[in-house]
Amino acid sequence: MVSIATEKKQDLNLLSRIASGDGHGENSSYFDGWKAYEENPFHQIDRPDGVIQMGLAENQLCGDLMRKWVLEHPEASICTEQGVNQFSDIAIFQDYHGLPEFRQAVAKFMEKTRNNRVKFDPDRIVMSGGATGAHETVAFCLANPGDGFLVPTPYYPGFDRDLRWRTGVNLVPVTCHSSDGFKITMKALEDAYEKARLSNIPVKGLLMTNPSNPLGTTLDRECLKSLVNFTNEKRIHLIADEIYAATTFGQSEFISVAEVIEEIEDCNRDLIHIVYSLSKDMGLPGFRVGIIYSYNDRVVQIARKMSSFGLVSSQTQRLIAKMLSDEDFVEEFIRESKLRLAARHKELTTGLDGLGIGWLKAEAGLFLWMDLRNLLKTATFDSETELWRVIVHQVKLNVSPGGSFHCHEPGWFRVCFANMDHKTMETALERIRVFTSQLEEETKPVAAATMMAKKKKKCWQSNLRLSFSDKRRFDDGFFSPHSPVTPSPLVRAQT
Amino acid sequence: MKQLSTKVTSNGHGQDSSYFLGWEEYEKNPYDEIKNPDGIIQMGLAENQLCFDLIETWLAKNPDAAGLKKDGQSIFKELALFQDYHGLPEFKKALAEFMEEIRGNRVTFDPSKIVLAAGSTSANETLMFCLAEPGDAFLLPTPYYPGFDRDLKWRTGAEIVPIHCTSSNGFQITESALQQAYQQAQKLDLKVKGVLVTNPSNPLGTMLTRREINLLVDFISSKNIHLISDEIYSGTVFGFEQFVSVMDVLKDKNLENSEVSKRVHVVYSLSKDLGLPGFRVGAIYSNDEMVVSAATKMSSFGLVSSQTQYLLSALLSDKKFTSKYLDENQKRLKIRQKQLVSGLEAAGVTCLKSNAGLFCWVDMRHLLDTNTFEAELELWKKIVYEVKLNISPGSSCHCTEPGWFRVCFANMSEDTLDLAMKRLKEYVESTDSRRMISKSSHERIKSLRKRTVSNWVFRVSWTDRVPDER
Repeated sequence: MVSIATEKKQDLNLLSRIASGDGHGENSSYFDGWKAYEENPFHQIDRPDGVIQMGLAENQLCGDLMRKWVLEHPEASICTEQGVNQFSDIAIFQDYHGLPEFRQAVAKFMEKTRNNRVKFDPDRIVMSGGATGAHETVAFCLANPGDGFLVPTPYYPGFDRDLRWRTGVNLVPVTCHSSDGFKITMKALEDAYEKARLSNIPVKGLLMTNPSNPLGTTLDRECLKSLVNFTNEKRIHLIADEIYAATTFGQSEFISVAEVIEEIEDCNRDLIHIVYSLSKDMGLPGFRVGIIYSYNDRVVQIARKMSSFGLVSSQTQRLIAKMLSDEDFVEEFIRESKLRLAARHKELTTGLDGLGIGWLKAEAGLFLWMDLRNLLKTATFDSETELWRVIVHQVKLNVSPGGSFHCHEPGWFRVCFANMDHKTMETALERIRVFTSQLEEETKPVAAATMMAKKKKKCWQSNLRLSFSDKRRFDDGFFSPHSPVTPSPLVRAQT
Repeated sequence: MKQLSTKVTSNGHGQDSSYFLGWEEYEKNPYDEIKNPDGIIQMGLAENQLCFDLIETWLAKNPDAAGLKKDGQSIFKELALFQDYHGLPEFKKALAEFMEEIRGNRVTFDPSKIVLAAGSTSANETLMFCLAEPGDAFLLPTPYYPGFDRDLKWRTGAEIVPIHCTSSNGFQITESALQQAYQQAQKLDLKVKGVLVTNPSNPLGTMLTRREINLLVDFISSKNIHLISDEIYSGTVFGFEQFVSVMDVLKDKNLENSEVSKRVHVVYSLSKDLGLPGFRVGAIYSNDEMVVSAATKMSSFGLVSSQTQYLLSALLSDKKFTSKYLDENQKRLKIRQKQLVSGLEAAGVTCLKSNAGLFCWVDMRHLLDTNTFEAELELWKKIVYEVKLNISPGSSCHCTEPGWFRVCFANMSEDTLDLAMKRLKEYVESTDSRRMISKSSHERIKSLRKRTVSNWVFRVSWTDRVPDER
């Protein structure tokens, strides 16, 4: 045993600290949920008792429209009879500027998703390996190892990897509270900035996701302006991740930072950058279309050179260029997508309302920020984790606990709704209904939830006799929220 | 601007190098047979454009793959959602088998040890992040691909220490050169983490000999460091000699499951062999499961588009196609290379004897005014601006001897190559008449061609170096 340990130690010395450390973030116990899903994925017919995936922020609602368009437009592919005459030109095209028609089409699409209230210059569009690649590249461009970015909490867990892992950059949380509806306050920003200063972390920028993941909320004009002013005054960068731009529905309106800077006199645009992708708005995560849009010429120049490390496949660029140039299709797609998101959201929220389960009012994104604080034994993250394990292993819903998003308060969960069909949503709601009614039976009724730990809480730990033993310990997970091993038919076919 | 990182404000991207400047000039004035017949001919681009017809024919016969269908049904939606960084299993299997086929099925590749990356650019950078700390060094034989300065060093903070190779022995790697490089690194206080070689070599177009690979494996074994073998040109070997991969040598030395084999990593890509650089398909192959694990997670920063994975899995699974392709590719490269070599000879220019790659390593030392890199750059500028050929000067590849140039041949038609050689010949002849080189030196160069066996190229007035080892 000793020799194996020594061997392992030697192995570790042969690899970099980045490779042998935990900076990828995937050793977190939160990936147990992914594993549970992978081992027992729900299927209406084959596995009706399987785990329903509600931890995956994917937009699967308009895949039929996409498929239809692709079948009707064989010329968009360079492999079909209609498009093969372009094959060789596209196959050798590795220019990191990207296909001009691709950049133009993406710029137009970004304008459309902002209701044509702003213009985007195709020459400022830089490709990247998904938004994952975009964030890392932006971090490499704007910060040196040891520098920091302010990030409002709760935030997407992947940022811990994307912005920090190989760059050596720090993330400094800007704490947001449920009492404010998780809004970003000036006080929270100043506190975070000061905290970084005291920790000797030079702050280089503020990263915000708008619409927010995991909240699903959008920032209003005033808030956006104050963020721009804050960062301008501090002479730090503002990185706006607008990956969910087209997922607003209902009364919600998306206002881009691009719009707001037009209204601010003397705005230092060299500090403004947008990260975008087609993974959420169009539901194309497999195609790895990430975009950096910077108002800073030097950043555009250098990010473009860095894009060599993650260019978009020219085959994909060409397909996307054709698809997004079809204005009728794009308009129909965006419109339908919003309607379907609204309907699925309503289904979920109506169901939760009927069960007395709270959720943060929001009309964007592919998920809901659900309030289960009243189900916690104590207002602690340990309690949250215990509740979460019950939900994953016994209720069989893979939802994401707020702690994994660095939420300041325990008891919140992100629940995705756009990656399933109507029947699956019904099943999920039914399971929640059964779960809550079991709790009702087993405990005394309590008053409406508040966030005070002293109030009586429903105890979920009592006599639930469900089939699962929660004593299982999982090894290091190897899934990330961005790269789940879904039981895709493409994978199943091989085994 | 203090608000940007040092990576932005420095020149670590390496694009101020002449290698890239030539490209810029080409872009301003690109040759076109009809539209711009006096434009610059691109001979600085190592692309394989010779076999697209084979792929296009295959596409026409395989409408399902071409149309993103499986058994007639569109799988567009499934592909659009597939972002698993483990990659499409059928693609990795097909890729592993293709790599085996290129090596005559003498070695096996386990698909689970393959990590996909966005081109070998990304693969090489990812390996650096996995194997080296900022400030650590990798030893690279010169001359080497200029892009390594960016790919290996820029964002990783790693350093490159050159292993000096010279024309005295056909630029082969010698033991003393290896040791010298290692000691140099130590003098510079740099921890050496490994050696990286490109085999077949860019820019030389030669294959590493078995002796050299043995030497490298022994070296990394004794120093307890890594060996990265970038075999991106493995499918471009067109000579009679077989390609010897580092995997062959590990097998022959019975080191396949040893500790040393865990420190040997192969980088591959479909950009050169299949001529598909736009598709961004790179791969790392490693026997070290920790490297595979870490690199797989890092591949999130540059995954291969699922659409592309699907197409290529179908293409590479078709063994009839792959065997025909590799065979035909070889034949066409051989013919085209021969055309370049003859054209050069007609201009009184020789090149390093080679049988792989998409380029030749051309000896223009006799055209230099002085044996200096300044003279090399002067000559290069003349060739770009007056002769209108974009070729790559040896200094951009960190060659230690001035006067060598990399000239590509697989990215243009026969006619364009003819024209390029014609232009070169005219230039040399005009230079000759200006320099009044004697007829006897022409004879000497002609007789060089007739010499058999030798890989070595001698300059007329060059003092022979004593070769280190054979």
